[in-house]
Amino acid sequence: MKKHWYDYLWIFSAVYLLLGFFNILFAWIGLLCFFIPLIISIAGGGKGYCNRYCGRGQLFSLLGGRFGLSRKKDPPKFLRSKWFRYGFLLFFFTMFFQMLWNTWLVFEEVHGLRQIVTVLWTFKLPWHWAYHGTAVAPWAAQFAFGFYSVMLTSTILGMITMVLFKPRSWCVYCPMGTMTQLICKAKSGRDVSVSQTQGQNIGRI
Amino acid sequence: MADKKMCRKAFIERTECVACGCCVKVCPKDAIQIEKGIFADVDLAKCVGCGKCARECPASVIGIREVLV
Repeated sequence: MKKHWYDYLWIFSAVYLLLGFFNILFAWIGLLCFFIPLIISIAGGGKGYCNRYCGRGQLFSLLGGRFGLSRKKDPPKFLRSKWFRYGFLLFFFTMFFQMLWNTWLVFEEVHGLRQIVTVLWTFKLPWHWAYHGTAVAPWAAQFAFGFYSVMLTSTILGMITMVLFKPRSWCVYCPMGTMTQLICKAKSGRDVSVSQTQGQNIGRI
Repeated sequence: MADKKMCRKAFIERTECVACGCCVKVCPKDAIQIEKGIFADVDLAKCVGCGKCARECPASVIGIREVLV
């Protein structure tokens, strides 16, 4: 199968995660992974980001597929259920806004910069080696620490489900994927629950 | 009337499909497309029922069934 330039975006994802270990300010670049999927889906491009440009998905595909780090087992049914996917989206955004609130508190000088990366919303890891002083305002650095925490956490979760289930199991409950699919549903205004399987296509044979 | 025969075809549970597009990438016949970013859709005329999509689907919502065509 012919390779395209976007089939190598896994390199971008891998480099992004590595850069966070050297200079936390690179975490800001990760905003691209938030805005591009939204822009594509709002502009009518459907889930083009997930389908083509998601470097993280490609990375899981590579590690779990070619490198054999996945058991390639079916995920439990709850993982693809609506309540779990929408619930995880809600939880993810609650934590995201909490991170924004912490950034705001630093901006308002309520508390100082905390040079930590919080993994899985629980484990606070010292990350001072990746911060090199006063080049940017403390709030900008705080956002970088917070945003990198989000990106690292989702990568770890994705890796865990990659190993346990199929390589791209993360795609099933990825909050960005759920959100862009919701946008597509809202835009099309179509109730897909009417036709559960593609039985009507049988006429195309 | 032409004789009908049993063929293997891929079927997708649309309500549970997350439209990630993993199946599209592995389909050797380009028989799958993502419909409006909502679910994957199989062109049964092109599908040869090889099962690559079913193995790849991270949500495991693709099944291979025998149908009369």
